[in-house]
Amino acid sequence: MTTAPGIGANRRGDQAGAKTGGGRMAKFTDGLVNIAVKEPGRFFALCLDTFRAMFKRPVQWREFIEQSWFIVSVTAIPTMLVAIPFGAILSMQVGGLIRQLGAQSFTGATAVVAIVREASPLVTALLIAGAAGSAMCADVGSRKIREEIDAMEVLGINPLHRLIVPRMWACAFIGLFLNGLVSVVGLMGGYVFNVMLQDGTPGAYLASFNAMAQLPDLIQAEVKAFVFGLTAGLVAAYKGLNAKGGPKGVGDAVNQTVVITFMLLFLENFLISALYFQLVPQKGM
Amino acid sequence: MGVEIRVEGLTKTFGRQVIWQDVSLTLPAGEISVLLGPSGTGKSVFLKSLVGLLKPDRGNIWIGDRNLPYLSENELYETRKLFGVLFQDGALFGSMNLFDNIAFPLREHTRKTEAEIKRIVLEKMEMVGLIGAERKLPGEISGGMKKRAGLARALVLDPEILLVDEPDSGLDPVRTAYLNQLIVDLNAQIEATILIVTHDINTARTVPDNIGLLFRRELVMFGPREMLLSSEEPVVRQFLNARRQGPIGMSEEKDVSELEAEARMGADPGRLPPIPPQLLPSDGRIRRTQHPPGEWLRANGVQPPPGSFIDEMGRNWLEEWPRYVAQHGGAAMPAGAGPAQAPPPPPPAQGPDPHQPGPSQGGAPPAGGRY
Ligand SMILES: Nc1ncnc2c1ncn2[C@@H]1O[C@H](COP(=O)(O)OP(=O)(O)O)[C@@H](O)[C@H]1O
Ligand SMILES: [Mg+2]
Repeated sequence: MTTAPGIGANRRGDQAGAKTGGGRMAKFTDGLVNIAVKEPGRFFALCLDTFRAMFKRPVQWREFIEQSWFIVSVTAIPTMLVAIPFGAILSMQVGGLIRQLGAQSFTGATAVVAIVREASPLVTALLIAGAAGSAMCADVGSRKIREEIDAMEVLGINPLHRLIVPRMWACAFIGLFLNGLVSVVGLMGGYVFNVMLQDGTPGAYLASFNAMAQLPDLIQAEVKAFVFGLTAGLVAAYKGLNAKGGPKGVGDAVNQTVVITFMLLFLENFLISALYFQLVPQKGM
Repeated sequence: MGVEIRVEGLTKTFGRQVIWQDVSLTLPAGEISVLLGPSGTGKSVFLKSLVGLLKPDRGNIWIGDRNLPYLSENELYETRKLFGVLFQDGALFGSMNLFDNIAFPLREHTRKTEAEIKRIVLEKMEMVGLIGAERKLPGEISGGMKKRAGLARALVLDPEILLVDEPDSGLDPVRTAYLNQLIVDLNAQIEATILIVTHDINTARTVPDNIGLLFRRELVMFGPREMLLSSEEPVVRQFLNARRQGPIGMSEEKDVSELEAEARMGADPGRLPPIPPQLLPSDGRIRRTQHPPGEWLRANGVQPPPGSFIDEMGRNWLEEWPRYVAQHGGAAMPAGAGPAQAPPPPPPAQGPDPHQPGPSQGGAPPAGGRY
């Protein structure tokens, strides 16, 4: 491919030949091909370009730190506010179930395991996609329509290196951090709920936790959060860099970013969980 | 010193929409060219193709000896260092103030100290009349100021090629006149190859050495200013004279309100209006690529419309020229500079306010920078 340079997407595969006729059916097929083949293809191209840009010097620390701080500022509080009720609900649901099975002494622990393994990556995904990804897409998209991105390229600066890579790492890094935060906050929420409202004992809570949970639980959750962050960053970059048609175009791009990121994150969550249970033996009792 | 740009058989489509096809033209090194065309004919797309932001479907773009569409990414970024580009809306970085915007290329690509950067940035800001607005954010200034700041940013690295997208849209006529003068002065000073995309007929008639016209997906004509201004080709005539009667109609092109505003010019429908003298650098120096007035007309045996080359002081530049060259040529032509091809300069002033000694002039082209 004598491909030109550039930011993956909009320049690759623009050469849709002079197809004629076909009318509505052709349009429909075009749309289908676009969704099924071209968009993922371009997205993948962007991922590759971004991957290459990752190794360019100098590393954009400043941008990374600023973006990390920005993401923390839009996600930290909502994360905690979501994590507390989430922990409580899990304690309640799982606790009830466990009691029905007659394993009261394990109520606390199971809830916590559920929080660490599943709930915290999910809450993280929610916030990374909904808050960080959408903000990032809006930012990149408005730069795109103001021709800032073009101006950067003309000034000899690769926008992937300068803007996208640090944002993507910031998303991933803050994903890790948020996941830890959700685990801790959820754990405390579960503890409070279990001990104070469900008449559990602190000793049983902690001991049972120890019996069932293991370090790999936390590690797999962190891996998830990291992958979620990368995904959200890449989707936001892709949609932002391809925004067109003025402010409305940016709005549409943000909207699509959130929807697509959610779908991808839930898919990834499933895949990583499945892998985890296959690969890591669970503690026996 | 300016780089020649040679475009061969260039075609661009977006999906099924053909923007333009088979465009071939040569922007001679160091000359000023203007690209005209109704809105939506793809002038901006053409400009972006020239810097490799859009990939053409077919054709070559030779920048010196490099063929742009076939360069590797690294070569492309390297080639872009030759360019200064002013985008249609300025394309300033919204998160930086004007000073940082203009300093950006210097900080990225040079190892200058902050003091040097400050000196250069302030010099360019003065050139475009933005002194005092250093700390403003792009969101806080008018469209015209954004344009001028964008131009200053395009200039800080002394580009070999300057591409300017509609410098006059959103600017008042007085500022437009200053900006035109600035572009001519810049050309005299840094000798960059300049391409201006514009709607402004006055700019097109008085500033460039060459004019091109894009219409209906084709480059209708490209050539020396005198060739287009004396052309009988209906589209060219209509556009350059801002007439209603002609192939460009209201419904096909959206440009009509602007065209009508200009329609006062050239009221006589039967004859071509006179060719105005070309704008000269304000410091009297003669551009290295300057063509003498009437050169193309004489070479092709074309009679200019009556009244051509007469400025509003009543001087006829066809006659004035040898005297002007004798007077200024010495200073302007570094001894034995461009021998054969370095032609003498052109005729000067025009436009609304010919010799205003405005801010842009005084500070602008610090003469002698190069010689
Ligand atoms: N990135 C793009 N994708 C699809 N169509 C585009 C794109 N950029 C420009 N166009 C289309 O190309 C045509 C020419 O646009 P433009 O170059 O902006 O015109 P102008 O001559 O007024 O500068 C318009 O019809 C516009 O819709
Ligand atoms: Mg345009």
